[in-house]
Amino acid sequence: MIRYVVRRLLMAIPTLLAVYTVVFLFVRVAPGDPAVAALGDYASAEAVQALRERMGLNAPLWAQYGRTLLGYLRGDLGRSLITGAPIGDQVAAVLLHTLQLTLAGVLIGALLGIPTGILTAVRRNCLPDYIGRTLGLVGLSIPAFYLGILLILAFAMNLRWFPVMGAGAFTDPWANLRHLALPALTLGIIMTSFVSRMTRSSLLNVLREDYVRTGRAKGVGERAVVYLHALRNALIPVVSVLGVQTAVLVGDSVMTEIVFSRPGLGRLMVQAMMQRDYIALQGLIVIYGAFVVAVNLITDLSYGFVDPRVRYD
Amino acid sequence: MTRPWFLQGRRTRAFLRNRTAIVGAALAVVFAIVALLAPALAPRDPLEQNVYNMLARPGGSHLLGTDDLGRDVLSRILYGARVSLIVGLSSVLIGTVVGVFVGLLAGYFGGFLELIVMRVVDVLMSFPVLVMGLMFMAILGPGMDKLILAIGLVLSPQIARLTHGAMVALRDMEYITAARSVGSGPWRILRRHVLPNVLGEILVMATLWMGTAIRVEANLSFIGLGVSPPTPTWGNMIREGVRWLAVTPWLAVFPGIAILLAVLAFNMVGDGLRDAMDPKLH
Repeated sequence: MIRYVVRRLLMAIPTLLAVYTVVFLFVRVAPGDPAVAALGDYASAEAVQALRERMGLNAPLWAQYGRTLLGYLRGDLGRSLITGAPIGDQVAAVLLHTLQLTLAGVLIGALLGIPTGILTAVRRNCLPDYIGRTLGLVGLSIPAFYLGILLILAFAMNLRWFPVMGAGAFTDPWANLRHLALPALTLGIIMTSFVSRMTRSSLLNVLREDYVRTGRAKGVGERAVVYLHALRNALIPVVSVLGVQTAVLVGDSVMTEIVFSRPGLGRLMVQAMMQRDYIALQGLIVIYGAFVVAVNLITDLSYGFVDPRVRYD
Repeated sequence: MTRPWFLQGRRTRAFLRNRTAIVGAALAVVFAIVALLAPALAPRDPLEQNVYNMLARPGGSHLLGTDDLGRDVLSRILYGARVSLIVGLSSVLIGTVVGVFVGLLAGYFGGFLELIVMRVVDVLMSFPVLVMGLMFMAILGPGMDKLILAIGLVLSPQIARLTHGAMVALRDMEYITAARSVGSGPWRILRRHVLPNVLGEILVMATLWMGTAIRVEANLSFIGLGVSPPTPTWGNMIREGVRWLAVTPWLAVFPGIAILLAVLAFNMVGDGLRDAMDPKLH
């Protein structure tokens, strides 16, 4: 197991390097000079030149590539083109909020999605199935930012149960949870749709297997057939969907953070885009890439827990 | 030569039996008609301002009310469908063409080209769609043409991987070797023997991507990175409406319903197409 983890971690290195390389090149092919973009069209040539010098943008491409990479390896994401502040500090200040939001969304998705998936599969083509599938389709189609606005309208502005925006400090758990509720629900509802859909189709497939028929023929009760025999096998593909969708959810968290004015990586990224701060943008996109690589790693490791046939060697 | 899947009766029948898919198709047709006929259907000019009738409630002469500049919300939603349709169709077209081209080339020629190209495809696919959309918009700059290109590029890796997979599965098949041995060139082989085999899957993916493209466009417009005002789009209508959420919530709610219905339509049709093509479900 430990050897497998080490090997998977080593395998993640070339992937991360590729992610960095692609992002670095993309940001460099962007039309326009990052320094001009940061200072505005009316900046003097001297000011632009000074900024380029300070940011190391005058160095040859390979030197910039190497220096930025070395910085990233040391945990140094460079300095903002706009404010000159270290990007790493900004990231550190909000990273936990984004992680908390994404994790809460995944948790809600798994806790609501798996039971609904089971219900719709067991009651196939009955009322609960139709309702579950219709709601699932709506959940798959609704943009996260719009769902967030609807939740704000209902639960923050009309019922006043939750605050409209911001994120509570971690030192005040109650305020923190109250601020987390609606954004997490936004992501959770979307995740629930994916998970319940996958659980349903996977369980339906397994229920068609021979061993399930054998179980029923031998007089095993329906409950035991579904929960003891079928569900365990049906959950294997669900785990991989949880992994893939967590990566998708990271994208939706950007919009959720914006709608709820929540501090987070997504808001930092959009802010960097608006200010055309290419250095910050590059670092943030690489962090998103690393995040997805980490999620994939955790997903691969979790296969062993749900499927004893998976051996890590 | 095999006929393309949509001319084969069994699949068409399976699609037509699927009620959800039919409802979706009907919704998609309504959406397309609204987009095409917006100037005829809209009761007013979507850009016409009226300072004496700002933030009017829905009903009366303005069925869905007016916004903070007194513009008719219904007319703006109808015109907004045009942007969604244009962006959706063009970006899916770009994504499909680029993706099929890259996937086929990498799969057909193999070797070093395949290694590099598919590695880049994998990396691009590891980013969330929206993050990649933001990245391309940052590189390309603002404007509707850039937006279309950005969404198209976001989609292309998925299509490339699909086509590449099919190409790899096919390239060692005997009939491909046979075609090559009678002197067919790569272009002819790709067009006559490979493309027809992946056309169905590409169609399913493209349909589902129409929904995603519309959603991504709405997301980017909502942030302020999409089509710029005053051109009405559903995303920037919500962006403007959110400021009045406490006073006139419908300004943000109505355009959202339009987005939801449009995306839902393509998802329903895409699901139906996929089920119809799945031999296990017949």
